[in-house]
Amino acid sequence: MTDDRAHHSTATGQGLSIRVTVNGHAHDVLIEPCLTLIELIRDRLGLTGTKKSCDMQVCGACTVLLNGRPVSACTMLAFEARNASLLTIEGLAQGETLHPIQEAFIEHGGLQCGFCTPGMILAAKALLDENPAPTEEEVKHYMRGNLCRCTGYKRILESILVAAGRLAQTHNPGALEA
Amino acid sequence: MLPPFALEEPTSVHEASALLARYGETARLYAGGTELLLAMKEGLLHYERLINIKLIPELAGIALTDGALHVGAITTHRTLERAAMVRAHFPTMAEMAAHVANVRVREVGTLGGNLCFAEPHADPGTLLLVYDASVALARQGGTRTLALEQFFVGPFEVGLADDEILTAIRVPGLPAHTAAVYLKYGLLERPSVGVAVAVTALPNQVQEVRIAVGCVGPTPHRLRDVESLLSQKEIAEVRATLDTAGALAGSAADAVTDLHGSAEYKAYLVGVLLRRAFEQAYQQAIGSDAGDAARGGGTA
Repeated sequence: MTDDRAHHSTATGQGLSIRVTVNGHAHDVLIEPCLTLIELIRDRLGLTGTKKSCDMQVCGACTVLLNGRPVSACTMLAFEARNASLLTIEGLAQGETLHPIQEAFIEHGGLQCGFCTPGMILAAKALLDENPAPTEEEVKHYMRGNLCRCTGYKRILESILVAAGRLAQTHNPGALEA
Repeated sequence: MLPPFALEEPTSVHEASALLARYGETARLYAGGTELLLAMKEGLLHYERLINIKLIPELAGIALTDGALHVGAITTHRTLERAAMVRAHFPTMAEMAAHVANVRVREVGTLGGNLCFAEPHADPGTLLLVYDASVALARQGGTRTLALEQFFVGPFEVGLADDEILTAIRVPGLPAHTAAVYLKYGLLERPSVGVAVAVTALPNQVQEVRIAVGCVGPTPHRLRDVESLLSQKEIAEVRATLDTAGALAGSAADAVTDLHGSAEYKAYLVGVLLRRAFEQAYQQAIGSDAGDAARGGGTA
């Protein structure tokens, strides 16, 4: 067993220097190994759209996309975002133009208090990026880990299915995926 | 907030094993962290040092060799759920993986980590037992293979030496005319009861039945007394024996009372899921399609 890369060690209290691209902007940050991703996002970068709720990766309020994959920022170490691309809810709109998923949630009442909504929308984006035309059952299965205590889910489900239809219409053959 | 710890990032199994030998119980291997970080946040576990094993190439990847599936320890549940190779040759495993926790946990949590953490309320171990899966273990001094059944020692306890690392899981293919089904039921985030059944059968003739039960007690385990009760019999006789078998399975499941329910309740559910899983596996084994093999029993 030969090593082509040196084993790296970070002592307790010592900083770990990482580069992470957040919503398209590169950040170089010095973090401790024990820092969680949600602490990096909210406390260091000031992006408070990512919500902390259950803090045990059950509720989905802290869902962010790491290289396009949904993860619970509450129970992930921040260093795992090293050299990765992170998308939070703040990065979804293009300037003043909302993302079609955001628009659908507003038009179809897919939110009430709004606390779960950033996580809902990012989870929905991950789903539709992976499966652009999901069935209702597929949406339910994928979104099972995103909890809403207000809406009863019906309008969230509708919002996602409507967004899927719109995204399919706007994506001309060969068009670039956002 | 997590208490501070040091981070080691070895790039070979040899290095990781040396770190374990050097730091002993003050260090813990870290892969997905979905179980470990929760326990550390709650203050249930404390380590001065985490050893991130995700930079070790030899722990990654899945492969099919002579009909057996080789799963690198750091393979995520999501990879198992989606990999065409797994879906084609081990569909019950792919279905089981697709119903582990939620999609975020599946994206991050690893099969090796799940087995090593040995949290009793988990799905993969129970199903893997009816495949007669084994685990590859490595340390500085060498490697060995252990049957998964021997690997599970108790709740949160597995048969790893202090400096040993689970490197891969080997899942043999099922024999001909065999289908496996995994059913689970639960009201909480984690499953309360999990039952896996593999049936080898020709129409009307049941040859072999393998049964494993998990979640209800300290460790997932095979129920060999119940297996022999149902094997080598005509289907009519097996069906007539299923109630008895279900009751026997319930009492052999080592169910404990906890937040998921009373021991009696879980023992009863083991019998219910066993009967359902057997029938589904039998139908699939003889060639008719009984639908999704690993969907939650609670949906029925």
